[in-house]
Amino acid sequence: MSAPPATISHANMTLASDADVSREAPSRGRVGMYCLISAESAIFTIFVVAYLFYIGKSLTGPMPKDVLHVPIFFTVCLLSSSLTIHFAVKSLKSAKIGPFALWWFLTLTLGAIFLAGTAREWRHLIYDEGLTIQTNLFGTTYYSLVGLHAFHVTVGLLAITTVLLFTLLGYVKHEHAERVDVLALYWHFVDAVWVVVFTVVYVIGR
Amino acid sequence: MSTDSIATFNVDMASRPLVAKLHEWVTTVDHKRLGLLYIVYSFIFLLIAGIEATVIRIQLIRPHNNFVSPDVFNRMFTMHGTTMIFFVVMPMLFGFANYLVPLMIGARDMAFPRLNAFSFWLTAFGGILLYFSFLGANGLYGAGNAPDVGWFAYAPLTSKTFSLGHSTDFWTLSLLVSGFGSIGTAINIIATILCMRCPGMTLGKMPLLAWLNLIMAVLVILAISPLSAAQIMLLVDRYLGGHFFDTQAGGSAVMWMHFFWIFGHPEVYVLVLPAFAFASEIIPVFSRKAIFGYPVMVAATVCIAFIAMSVWAHHMFTVGMSANANTFFVLSTMAIAVPTGIKIFNWLATMWGGKIHFKTPMLFSIAFLFQFLIAGLTGIMLSAAPFNWHLGNSYFVVAHFHYVIVGAILFMTFAAFYYWFPKMFGKMYIETLGKLHFWLFLIGFHLTFDFMHIPGLLGMPRRIYTYEPGRGWDTLNLIVTIGVFFQAAAIVVFVANLLWSYFRGETAGSDPWDAWTLEWSTSSPPPVYNFAVIPEVRSRRPLWDRKHPEDPDWKYE
Repeated sequence: MSAPPATISHANMTLASDADVSREAPSRGRVGMYCLISAESAIFTIFVVAYLFYIGKSLTGPMPKDVLHVPIFFTVCLLSSSLTIHFAVKSLKSAKIGPFALWWFLTLTLGAIFLAGTAREWRHLIYDEGLTIQTNLFGTTYYSLVGLHAFHVTVGLLAITTVLLFTLLGYVKHEHAERVDVLALYWHFVDAVWVVVFTVVYVIGR
Repeated sequence: MSTDSIATFNVDMASRPLVAKLHEWVTTVDHKRLGLLYIVYSFIFLLIAGIEATVIRIQLIRPHNNFVSPDVFNRMFTMHGTTMIFFVVMPMLFGFANYLVPLMIGARDMAFPRLNAFSFWLTAFGGILLYFSFLGANGLYGAGNAPDVGWFAYAPLTSKTFSLGHSTDFWTLSLLVSGFGSIGTAINIIATILCMRCPGMTLGKMPLLAWLNLIMAVLVILAISPLSAAQIMLLVDRYLGGHFFDTQAGGSAVMWMHFFWIFGHPEVYVLVLPAFAFASEIIPVFSRKAIFGYPVMVAATVCIAFIAMSVWAHHMFTVGMSANANTFFVLSTMAIAVPTGIKIFNWLATMWGGKIHFKTPMLFSIAFLFQFLIAGLTGIMLSAAPFNWHLGNSYFVVAHFHYVIVGAILFMTFAAFYYWFPKMFGKMYIETLGKLHFWLFLIGFHLTFDFMHIPGLLGMPRRIYTYEPGRGWDTLNLIVTIGVFFQAAAIVVFVANLLWSYFRGETAGSDPWDAWTLEWSTSSPPPVYNFAVIPEVRSRRPLWDRKHPEDPDWKYE
């Protein structure tokens, strides 16, 4: 409810400077990102509901309790990347480009480690356990839900890599802190979704 | 934008070669041009889907008719429904939202102009993809053509076993693509309304059109995303051999129904809220009164959006759910009639004691009020589960939702066309032709959809290819089909009116209706930059304040 005080003394329309507009309004980028996150949350909700609904309904094996191992190390990596991206944005906001680049690179590394972990887990499931997306309902829902999340991690990593390249080329400045912050918001969302996916797949579903 | 190009904008347009003009339209990020692109695009699809409806009705004009084959009939009702919902009504309303919202809140453009263009082209290519299925969907099996699984595409009809070829893939992919476009536009509308309002325009002083489109956009985000998720699952089933909706492997066909209708019912409110938005702008102007009960209108809209998220399974009473689920969805569906009723009373109270001008937009608005009331009443009838068990999937249901979509939404869209046509093109439409369009369409609408209720009550199921004579359906179906030709004639009058007015019409001036919202304060058509000076407002009717400085609204609000 951004109600600017009535600064004019008559009812006619008068010139308003850009400063007036930007002072009152919330940031477009943040609002847009929050909306995108809401839409993505709705998509994930449907996949999570499907996963929960189909737990224990597979007609053939392998079953989750036989083949799934809790990926604690990779989860820690992904969740810590939320912390590193937070420090990165904080550095950029106080115009410290060097620490920003370092924290940002760390975020990229942690995210990439997580993605490699998913790849390794899938390789194990497919080649050692014989579980594919066609095998049973567990396979269908597992690869869809975890794959949807991995897809979002990939998109996030591509965006983070782009920003890192721009940083190394010297284009990222203090004034981009707001935009980088919006990207960080997305990354936090990806991490938060993993908490849900982790709980559903590795705790409830096992 | 430099001042030179502002001054020479219109001159430039006239003198440039066609290719340059087309290039400008294709690459535009201007919200007004994208709005017009949306509107023109959806109008083309309106004509196509209207032709498909005509084919359906000619097939049903008499018993044992063979106008088209059963396969073609299935394709026609599938394509008609899919096109009308996703490629006519939604883009049409997005077009108006795109065009009007920035103008009404005193903004230069949408919050994300390039996302806006991207969303439009996604929607556009979605529609083209759907229709490309007529050529490209045969697949290796030589089976299929256009999608023929019905617009809600229940499993297991959509499985590889029952839907050979690629027709269902085209259906899924086109809705997925256009769905992402819709989400993009919704994000844009929300960000525009929350971040781009001119100084002084608090949320409580926004025009109702902006409010209703804001809520509509929220519903799009909450409703289209589940549809996209379900389409992804269907693609996994069809392309990767998944089992989401495969009952042979323990999957559930009812799951698809839930996922589809979690989208499907809020979608109805996505479509009808912008129609409410038009009514909330047009009825006050032609009653010469401010809208009655502005805060209640906003509250009722928010209320509708909330309840809309919890009524979806009233589409599934006939599927068989538990008694508790039935009870819940009966009550929530009946509850949504309350805020909707509040709105109808508010519009009536706006007209009450007003100095009503019966121009074409107002005629359509008044018809909308009556027809939407009847649509709501049959909706309450269908919300009672026992009644629904009797009439679910009958022509009564078809008549009910066409009463909403044609009788309410399309009528209000026509009203909006006539009301904002002078603003969009700077020309006045021909009032006589507008009235002729109204009366022809009104007669056609009531012939078709009033009489369509009765065969439903008599047991005629929807989507049947043909029927036996002597069941009491024959004459009624004949009347229903005759109504279609009245509607088609009305559309011809409408198109003729718009084309004639566009090329030869009288100049309208910036404010032909003596209206009160900001879009009428700039020239017609508005310049690319919208407002030379960003306006500052103090009340819900800024132009009233400007025209009546001795008695401005802000003294009373």
